[in-house]
Amino acid sequence: MLLAMVDLPAQDKPTRPPRTPRRGFTRLSRLQTIGVAYLLLGVTLVVQVAGALDPAQVVFLFGLGDGVPQVGVQPAAFTLGTGLLFVLAGVVALGERWTGRYAGVALLVATVLFVPLVLVTSLALSAAGTMNVVPLMGESLRVGTPVALGALAGLYAERSGVVNIGIEGMMLAGAGVGFVVYAVLGAAGGWPLYVSVVVAVAVGGLMAALHALLSVTFRTDQIVSGVAINLLAIGLTSFLRREVLLPLGIGGGSTLPTIEIPLLADLPLVGRSLFVGKPIYFTMFLIFALTQVVLFRSAWGLRVRSVGENPHAAETLGIDVVKTRYQAVIVGGLLAGLAGAWFTLETVGTFDNLITNGKGFIALAALIFGKWRPWSAFGGAVLFGFAEALGRRIQLLDVSVGGFPVPSQFLQVLPFVVTIVVLAGAIGRAIPPASVGVPFERSR
Amino acid sequence: MALQSGADQPGADESRADEASPDVVLEARGITKRFPGVLANDTVDFALRRGQVHCLLGENGAGKSTLMNVVFGLYQPDAGELLVRGEPVRFRSSADAIAAGIGMVHQHFQLVPVMAVWENVVLGDELTRGPLLDRGAARARIAELSERYSLAIDPDAVVGELSVGAQQRVELLKALFRDADILILDEPTAVLTPQEVDGFFEIVRSLLDRGISVVFITHKLREVLAVADEVTVLRGGKAVGRADPRTATQGSLATLMVGRDVSFEVDKAPAEPGAVVLRVVDLTVADDRGVPTVSGLELQVRAGEIFGVAGVEGNGQRELVEAITGIRPSVSGSVAIGGTDVTGWNPRRIADLGVGHVPEDRSKDGLVGPFSLADNLVLNRYHRAEFSRRFVVRRDAVRRNAERLVADFDVRTTGVDVPAGTLSGGNQQKLVIARELSADLSLLIVAQPTRGLDVGSIEFIHRQIVARRDEGVAVLLVSAELDEVLSLADRVGVLYRGRFAEVLDREEATRRRCGMLMGGADQHAEEVA
Repeated sequence: MLLAMVDLPAQDKPTRPPRTPRRGFTRLSRLQTIGVAYLLLGVTLVVQVAGALDPAQVVFLFGLGDGVPQVGVQPAAFTLGTGLLFVLAGVVALGERWTGRYAGVALLVATVLFVPLVLVTSLALSAAGTMNVVPLMGESLRVGTPVALGALAGLYAERSGVVNIGIEGMMLAGAGVGFVVYAVLGAAGGWPLYVSVVVAVAVGGLMAALHALLSVTFRTDQIVSGVAINLLAIGLTSFLRREVLLPLGIGGGSTLPTIEIPLLADLPLVGRSLFVGKPIYFTMFLIFALTQVVLFRSAWGLRVRSVGENPHAAETLGIDVVKTRYQAVIVGGLLAGLAGAWFTLETVGTFDNLITNGKGFIALAALIFGKWRPWSAFGGAVLFGFAEALGRRIQLLDVSVGGFPVPSQFLQVLPFVVTIVVLAGAIGRAIPPASVGVPFERSR
Repeated sequence: MALQSGADQPGADESRADEASPDVVLEARGITKRFPGVLANDTVDFALRRGQVHCLLGENGAGKSTLMNVVFGLYQPDAGELLVRGEPVRFRSSADAIAAGIGMVHQHFQLVPVMAVWENVVLGDELTRGPLLDRGAARARIAELSERYSLAIDPDAVVGELSVGAQQRVELLKALFRDADILILDEPTAVLTPQEVDGFFEIVRSLLDRGISVVFITHKLREVLAVADEVTVLRGGKAVGRADPRTATQGSLATLMVGRDVSFEVDKAPAEPGAVVLRVVDLTVADDRGVPTVSGLELQVRAGEIFGVAGVEGNGQRELVEAITGIRPSVSGSVAIGGTDVTGWNPRRIADLGVGHVPEDRSKDGLVGPFSLADNLVLNRYHRAEFSRRFVVRRDAVRRNAERLVADFDVRTTGVDVPAGTLSGGNQQKLVIARELSADLSLLIVAQPTRGLDVGSIEFIHRQIVARRDEGVAVLLVSAELDEVLSLADRVGVLYRGRFAEVLDREEATRRRCGMLMGGADQHAEEVA
């Protein structure tokens, strides 16, 4: 968020190139800096890593069961090839002046290759020799679900000009209150489960209404208001847990049932992994498609975007800016509540303090990563989901180099870091809605 | 709240009530609007007739825009009433005004730059097909309107990428799309080049031909005479007079607008030049892109004279000023002030030599908007013993300094603690002038000192500059307004492509000669002609 706000003034004037080139030292551009990093990494791979790897093949499986397609990879050859490509990408990026936009493309390709590289080297360095790719993809989507919904919660609010740092709190409140209601109703599945999901969604909406009240009506600083929402949710849910949940003695309950999408679930290879899941997971896809249409093809969406860009222009056209912002923030809150329900009612079946574990903030990161666009934010959310799913697997692999175990967290974090750095450089700066964070004062 | 106080002042408008003629499409009676500390409109009457252009003339801050924002429903009046086509109306928001057939093009465009033209036009009054926007219908409607009123525009273009003139057409389309037959144009020409202004007047005439009535807000006298059917002059929130543009002159309008006789001439005694204060030798300066825009320029300014730099903007004026004041490094050449070579010095060291600088963009380079007046007035001297004692600013001294300067330079403000950004443009400029001219000066550099200001402020600032000259300060004046240069300068240099095409004594510098030099014609060409 801070990042986004710092960028704001840059919009209305072209960036100034440095006034005088410093003598004796040529400054590298962003792309060139990243290019240098890839160049060094590529050289290291070629010289140091490729030869040192176990020559045994690693195998990637696609799908569950017998006779699924599999791809064997020779780790040394793969690493050598990737390393050379990295060197090439680095050179292309360094020669940005001559290669133009191919510099960005080269870095993107290199980044896409980074994920398989981590997979192959970790497999080669561990005792296991196979990894199944399709379930990994399925898990990425599943783990990414609350992040994706949270990103949409931020998207609606911020497109209307209200910074929403309170996604985490809205999620947590939805998760907590939703589950408490479920426990009070007996925690035995059936209709109370669905009622509880509805409650969770409503609670998210209520928290958002509070955020709107503070930041739109009373024009409190929107960051402060969001922090207040987060703190309130922590206090509220831990209080309810201690006073209601624990005395009830209900440790857990059954969760939402698994659904198979007819036909699609029977698709070869991917069917079982992607089209067998739980309701909130499937709803997420629907909501994304719907959001894309609502935001960019409906009159209400046009109004939401306009009050986020230039509320005074909207006002002169007779649009009620305050009302529109309330609507957008609350719609976002409902989705955050649904994301909360994903934790307690769809996945875990119980409530612990701080169960959302910072996913709301990661959702915000995914939103900015996706430049405030629904499908890009979805991509961001899935990327974060993938990193988490991958981490869980690598944890089990026991990767070691020359007898020393490599901490799994290290491998886990790598694709993350690199992707973000490169996307920041190669895709360019994210430009937030122009009026995000600026309280609207009506003319009078 | 607005309407209660209206009951306090009845009567004033009753006598006029029967004057309404069927011709009048929009009438304001006794409109009063207060802001904290300011009476922006004081029982203003105003009537617009069908198919006419009614000019609202007044200086900045006279209440023109306030009145029109009341008419457009953005402000609620404290007293008075509005009639549209003879019917009393009360607008709760601009939506009501739009519904009554009123459209407004604001001085600062109210557009969403990242959206397409068609999205901007339909916003708030969307054409839909089922639950979704009907883009095709919107495009067709826009095409039809731009055809009818000759407002060429591509409905799919992104507004932020359009020229200012095209953005203005989008604003007009927004109003026409809503079937407005009363158009309020708030200082529509302020952002246009002279050629675009002529084109804009064409558009206004085509609107009139189709029965649309126009309120035209401006402070430019020439435009009033060119376009108006009727004129109402506002001053200090009051409607102080009406004029018939067929008989009025620029002089008579200016007198009405300012409230006293205005001389377009600046009173000044002949210059008594002394020693050379500023000496620029073979100076070359590059712009932000690295292109040299000042190349091999020679310049000398003497104590007690005003050297005026004329020229079309973009011929190196900005880079010249920034190089002399140390803001921009020069590529080659030297700058000496009072005999000291200051090439490569930083701005503060140069300022400490007694150099005052009034930058061309006051809000960006001249002031820190959120800072108080008092702090802005010591931006270039807070570090001196007078204002600070061992790292601690002496607030009392800063405050006394501010109170003195605000009084001396006639800055209209409610106090010295208010943020500078809340002042009007004229008062912001006076604030910058106050800071720069109150220092102990040997050289004063002023760039575009009166851009966008009203007549009263212009006169005041011109007198201040001449007074400094008479005290023996060397003055370098840069202005895009040839009239300003000619009325102030003792010598005139016409800047063309980074160097002076010629330096003329005031007597030789006729409008015609300067104009030709500004356009790049050399003097031989003039002699032949």
